Amino acid sequence: MQETSAQQGHVHAPPEGFIRKHVFSLDHKVIGKQYYALALVAVFVGMFLSWLMRIHLVWPNAKIPGLELLSKVGAPGGVMTPEYYLSLLTMHGTLMVFFVLTNAPFAAFGNYFLPIQIGAEDMAFPRFNMMSFWTTFLAFVVLIMAFFIPDGPPIAGWTSYSPLMAVGKDAGPGMQWGASLWGISIAIFCIASLLGSLNFIATTLDLRAKGMTLMRMPISTWAWFITSCISLLAFAVLLPACILLILDRHAGTSFFIPAGLVISDKLQPHSGGSPLLWQHLFWFFGHPEVYIAILPAMGIVSHILINSMRKPLLSAKVVIYSMMSIGFLSYMVWGHHMFVSGMNPMSSLAFSFPTLTITIPATIMTLIWLGSLYGADIQINSASLFALGFISMFVSGGVSGFFLAQPSIDIYLHGTYFVVGHFHMVMGVAALFGVFAGTYFWFPKMSGRMMNDSWGKLHFLITFIGTYCIFMPFHYLGLVGNVRRYSSFVDDFMGPDLMNLHRFITISALITGAAQFIFLFNLIYSRFKGAMAPDNPWNATTLEWSMPSPPPWNNFGDRHPIVYHDPYQYGVKGSKGDFVMQDSPEQAIASGD
Amino acid sequence: MTIKHVVLTGMAMLATSALALAGPRPSGGTITGKVTYEGTPAKMKPIDMSKEPSCAKMYTTPPLAQTVETGAGNTLADVVVYVSAGAPDDAAPTSAAVFTQKGCRYIPHTLAFQVNQEIKIQNEDQTSHNIHPLPKLNREWNKSQPPGSPPITEKYDKAEFIPVKCNIHPWMHGNFAVLKNSHYSVSNESGAFSIANLPPGKYTISAWQESYGEQTQDVTITGSETKTVTFTFKAKPY
Amino acid sequence: MGKIFAVVLVIVALVSAYPIIVNKYAMPEDISTHGHMIDDQLHETMWEAGLSFIGAQLVLAFFVWSFTNRKVGSPLKSFPGGARVMVIAAIVLVGTEILALGVVGQKAWATVYFTAPKPDALQIQSQAGQFAFYFRYPGADGKFGAIHPDKIDEGNQNYFGLDPANEVEARDDIVSGELVIPANREVQLLMHAKDVGHSFYVRELRIQQDFVPGLDLAVHFTATKVGKYEIVCTQLCGLGHYNMKAYLNVMSPEDYDKWMKAQEAAQ
Repeated sequence: MQETSAQQGHVHAPPEGFIRKHVFSLDHKVIGKQYYALALVAVFVGMFLSWLMRIHLVWPNAKIPGLELLSKVGAPGGVMTPEYYLSLLTMHGTLMVFFVLTNAPFAAFGNYFLPIQIGAEDMAFPRFNMMSFWTTFLAFVVLIMAFFIPDGPPIAGWTSYSPLMAVGKDAGPGMQWGASLWGISIAIFCIASLLGSLNFIATTLDLRAKGMTLMRMPISTWAWFITSCISLLAFAVLLPACILLILDRHAGTSFFIPAGLVISDKLQPHSGGSPLLWQHLFWFFGHPEVYIAILPAMGIVSHILINSMRKPLLSAKVVIYSMMSIGFLSYMVWGHHMFVSGMNPMSSLAFSFPTLTITIPATIMTLIWLGSLYGADIQINSASLFALGFISMFVSGGVSGFFLAQPSIDIYLHGTYFVVGHFHMVMGVAALFGVFAGTYFWFPKMSGRMMNDSWGKLHFLITFIGTYCIFMPFHYLGLVGNVRRYSSFVDDFMGPDLMNLHRFITISALITGAAQFIFLFNLIYSRFKGAMAPDNPWNATTLEWSMPSPPPWNNFGDRHPIVYHDPYQYGVKGSKGDFVMQDSPEQAIASGD
Repeated sequence: MTIKHVVLTGMAMLATSALALAGPRPSGGTITGKVTYEGTPAKMKPIDMSKEPSCAKMYTTPPLAQTVETGAGNTLADVVVYVSAGAPDDAAPTSAAVFTQKGCRYIPHTLAFQVNQEIKIQNEDQTSHNIHPLPKLNREWNKSQPPGSPPITEKYDKAEFIPVKCNIHPWMHGNFAVLKNSHYSVSNESGAFSIANLPPGKYTISAWQESYGEQTQDVTITGSETKTVTFTFKAKPY
Repeated sequence: MGKIFAVVLVIVALVSAYPIIVNKYAMPEDISTHGHMIDDQLHETMWEAGLSFIGAQLVLAFFVWSFTNRKVGSPLKSFPGGARVMVIAAIVLVGTEILALGVVGQKAWATVYFTAPKPDALQIQSQAGQFAFYFRYPGADGKFGAIHPDKIDEGNQNYFGLDPANEVEARDDIVSGELVIPANREVQLLMHAKDVGHSFYVRELRIQQDFVPGLDLAVHFTATKVGKYEIVCTQLCGLGHYNMKAYLNVMSPEDYDKWMKAQEAAQ
């Protein structure tokens, strides 16, 4: 193999010592695994919080054993107070959106596989990369600290609308130091994400192996690349917004607080700010954030589906262009979160149109996935099941977006459980399905061992059915007009029918949540006791499968891979079977139909 | 106040308590009296509790706001009458002062207790309340109390009149009167109050009403006499 | 397992759609003059979204059923027409849907937001604060007293911060915890937030609008049916958010006049 690679200067010595290898590592693979571990901790904490909330909602006077130990004030005698419910709600949303949905599909898998899939030895800036992770970790610690201060976590929800969030302790429990910790944590998180995105962009543009043209990059790499461009612009807006919020809270400024507010009988010493400014800044970040969560999942799922179908997509290019247009449009739609917020009603129409338009690339992608399945030879395993489940989930969550994109329907559905059902399916669960698919698919590469496929299938089946049992009923509740973010239901319309539906949701959530321990056990057990994995267990074509499992610290060793093909040469006659690897010089011969 | 005075008063108090232990006969002087108003007080409006049906149904006619509580003969209830000067600070009693939320109102409307005395706040309603006292000198807190949850106990370490509110039910307003000594009384429905067991001495008596503020009078007690004091507040229609 | 998944998927899709098809969880009856447009729009969207949902899930299930565990050596096939068909189908189908819904749907929005209330619309001010709504009628003089935030005294039932001692207009203002309105008369609700963001949501009225601190907004609507309906807050406003509600009491015009007279007499 030729030794003329563009990336000669980029060589560093192998790490030595436990700290350098596993803690403050510069290796993108270790950092990827660290992101994954952090997301894993965050997702289980977040899920546990959702259990507590669901239990409280349907049995409001239940004494939850042990809850008093977590917060004596928040749960006197184990009975959750309304403000503690909102604290948990805020923490659930923040943990899931920032530390799970941003970290797992994008930062974790992206870090691990983006450099490998383009044939690079590491990220462009390994020290930046280490810093991104440890800054994210710091943000996590600061956020979790809110549980352990006397005041408790903030109660303003993950969207932290001002003035509720900006005025300080008069607004309620948790709004003194808990809210400040939230603001500081998210500001730190923004810095980490900015560093990470820059690194991803630089790596993709500069460190591709010879022959790895942009259009020869795997779809997953494309997804991470597009996501990092979105992330760079989105977090760059949230960061100043958080700084302004902290200034309002502690420096007496009034960016988000107008004059004449009387909160808890106290006239607030502020004037001239605008609550809508916060909403604009937040959602300018917030909507692209949805795509930061879902685009990497789309990439991962496409990557896995192609492998499982043993044939390429109808068109990978169209999928990539669709992802780009989704990324582009995602900056023009933030106002659809604010239809009834009091902004100029004319702008609602202006925001509605691009929101509906974004359905077109999303539909194109869905149709391409579905159409590609036709005539395929689908290999069923845990990874491909989650990838197929993703399509189902994305469709289910996507169609409900059609309602919410129309301002007139939003008058009725805004602020109801319909919205909760919508974003949990399309952003939360769909992205998590991408993460699960990625985990089952890449675990052999990352650890050198196979995960147990039977447990994986069981995990899939319970999770898939459970997810529908939890989130479909949310739509029904929303259609009736059940308002979200209530700590208990004192509405007159809350008849036994709806309460039974809520109970059904809670029980489904408990079962589906419990099933995640199958996954956790599988993950930990297989890491140490799983069957040894071959280098290329799925007969896949991309560069990550051309190296040993697990890869050595310097990825390709002394070898500089050269890329000869498009990424997905499946359904051909190759020397090893029905595929030809990207770095194999042999010519792919179309298999005879 | 001289040190000698303090010592003497202290000794007198010890003597008083010794006497109190010795027998049931009350010792020291008593100040009784009435709190009244002159003029036209604001018309107390009926409270609209329609937002909380579980409370609204406890009343046949809606209860009135309690910021000024008048009785027959121009008397004022819920006025805190206390010795503001002349008596030493007392240790807090061990019994707790009880503040009850019932029918989305505070019972009593004004709760007087001593510095460092325990207060016990309980919720007898079928709805959550949050208790949000708004002190200026003491530490501020704000806690919810769902129905059926155990009483909240708290203490205050500085003397102060503290407005208390429930954010969930904005009409619920009450007062905590945190006092330095045990010589206090809250006027009843007929405006009457009585402060007993005062050792001989010169005292300043204050009367505090949440809307009308504070008035003081000097009273000298020389034995086991009963002195009568009347406080008259000026009422305004708005 | 592929076939099991296909069967599960079909069951899940049909069971999910069932409550919608039989309308088990129905929207509350509409009592407004504009609500039927929103309802029609929603039903039309439900048809289109529902068909897309069922269609996509069934196709996915069918393909998974057909193309797993295939016999060794079965040839791979490609969808006739390839990606081009998909792109054209998506643009045509979704594009017309967008145009149809986008254009038709603006009518309901425009009725609520772009038409001015009639000049004789009844003006009522609504103030949202942690955690209750209060409503104010101008009283006999037809004028609202000014709001002075520093004069707000909730214990004394002065929720709006009126200053009756110095301002005559404020003296006859009627403040109520219930929104009492006459049926079949347009109401313009002037929305004022006392502290943080709140929202005014009446399911039956098909009206939802945020209260924005520092930005006084207005909505207008006409209720057509006598009855008592819940007004709830849909914007997270703090610990008592879940219990922030009030009632909309729609009365016949005669009853409304009687109520108003009684209120005026009580001032």
